Amino acid sequence: MKGQIIVETEDLTKKYGPRTAVDHLNIKIEEGEVFGFLGPNGAGKTTTLLMFLGLTEPTSGKAKVIGFDPTREPFKVKERVGYLPENIGFYDDMDARQNLRYIARLNRIPEEVTEKRIDYWLEKVGLSEESTKKVGTYSKGMRQRLGIAEVLIKEPKLVFLDEPTIGLDPDGTNRMLDLIHSLSREKNITLFLSSHLLDQVQRICDRVGIMINGNLVAIGPIEELAKKKLGLDQQDYTLEEIYMKYFKEA
Amino acid sequence: MYGILTIFRKEMGDHFNSLRFLLISALIVMVGVIITSMVGMAIQEELKGMAKPSLIFLLLFTSTGKLFSFVQFIGFFGPLLGIFLGFDSINRERVSRTLSKLVSQPIFRDSIINAKFLSGVAIIAIILIATVLLISGLGIRLVGVVPGVEEVSRLVIYVVISLLYISFWLGISILFSVIFRSAATSALASLAIWIFFSFFVSLGASVLSDAVAPISQTASGVDAEMLIRHERIQRLTSLVSPMTLYSEATTTILDPMRKTTRTLVLMGPLERFSMSRFQSPLPLLESIFIVIPHIISIVAITLLCFGICYLVFMRQEIRTV
Repeated sequence: MKGQIIVETEDLTKKYGPRTAVDHLNIKIEEGEVFGFLGPNGAGKTTTLLMFLGLTEPTSGKAKVIGFDPTREPFKVKERVGYLPENIGFYDDMDARQNLRYIARLNRIPEEVTEKRIDYWLEKVGLSEESTKKVGTYSKGMRQRLGIAEVLIKEPKLVFLDEPTIGLDPDGTNRMLDLIHSLSREKNITLFLSSHLLDQVQRICDRVGIMINGNLVAIGPIEELAKKKLGLDQQDYTLEEIYMKYFKEA
Repeated sequence: MYGILTIFRKEMGDHFNSLRFLLISALIVMVGVIITSMVGMAIQEELKGMAKPSLIFLLLFTSTGKLFSFVQFIGFFGPLLGIFLGFDSINRERVSRTLSKLVSQPIFRDSIINAKFLSGVAIIAIILIATVLLISGLGIRLVGVVPGVEEVSRLVIYVVISLLYISFWLGISILFSVIFRSAATSALASLAIWIFFSFFVSLGASVLSDAVAPISQTASGVDAEMLIRHERIQRLTSLVSPMTLYSEATTTILDPMRKTTRTLVLMGPLERFSMSRFQSPLPLLESIFIVIPHIISIVAITLLCFGICYLVFMRQEIRTV
């Protein structure tokens, strides 16, 4: 147990017409942990994230993010939570600094603090050199790193990352994972990672949850799930084996 | 409020930096200056030898000269200005995926659409006021007549009506930019609406009035009642078009000699005679009274259009954003 509960849901359900995207989800995330949210495409991961941010209303059930109900008080949640969507977009005709400045303004960060934070985070994600180039000229990896900087500029307590490494080359992926890992260690930021790249999740996550067809079929530390699914004696497991077992059962 | 202000500032910056803004304002200013210099020189010729000309100044805007008047030009081209400023305002952000980022910031969702609309209105106001001032300056220099309080007030009202009217078109194009994902589709849809209202409504009006109340020539001349019915139907139908509303309102407010927004049907020589007997300008207040229904209608359609736009945007599911 690391600390307080930062995300908590109670039978959270979202239906699109007859289809149930998220079915009675019960989940608890503690402060400071790195949580991996796994599942095949279309399992309801992104929908869950959208509900946590108050961008989509749940059909039934409740969610509590940093102590606030995202449906009732989306403003307070969005002030404290960072969200890196899959394939983040930028204003391509502005440079990295202008993009960050705009987001900082929308978050009501005082101007004098903004510049310092921009310098700090650009340095941290390794974009200081390119900070005056138009974002339209950036590579995929650079955009993703700028996305991280943009999410962190408001210094959130909790960050939702939707497929943060998708489309990155192996080197870019490694650097991104190191960055994410250091965030949780140095800044004590809670990370909620949605992904289906299992080896990466295994490298950085404390706990994982597996979602298939809107149902959370497993949740817990990776070793625990391994014990449960693969037998006690096995030491040399991968998350993929565990995941495939769950996937076949579902 | 804070969110609106921040987005508004950014949108204004975008507008000012865009080539589109430069082209449109250059075109309007250029046409305005050309028309005014032509009209101004014509007025100059006519004024020679006159002792005390009155209400000359507004002629700069309403007189057609060789081509068309500035007022007609804005009536025709103004909608395009509104459409150009708005047709990609929402879907541009959607395609570049910045919209989902914006809505996950701590701002109210409506501040996005409000700020986009307001920045468009502000740009339109800047272009209009700048052009009218430029024409006034040029006119004063060419004609040498300084506008009085009444002429200035009439011009101010004209600018306000034009601003509302162009904002209506801005609203239309923003609405399409909310509905359609592709900027090209929304531009084409807005243009289709514009063409429909500017050409087909008046055409349809005359066809309809001919069908419902045909004017037949009889031995004793034209049947007066039929003629009046014909005119009434044509007028009512063409009022469906915001263009007609706008042009009737502006020509009446800028021309004190006009005493009604309707077209006059003169029946005989006596009527014609009495018209020419009572040639005196209308006071400002009276002109305003005549066009008040028009102004209210323009305000109503502009607000209605923005309201629909707002509702559609607020109801859109985020996933599609």
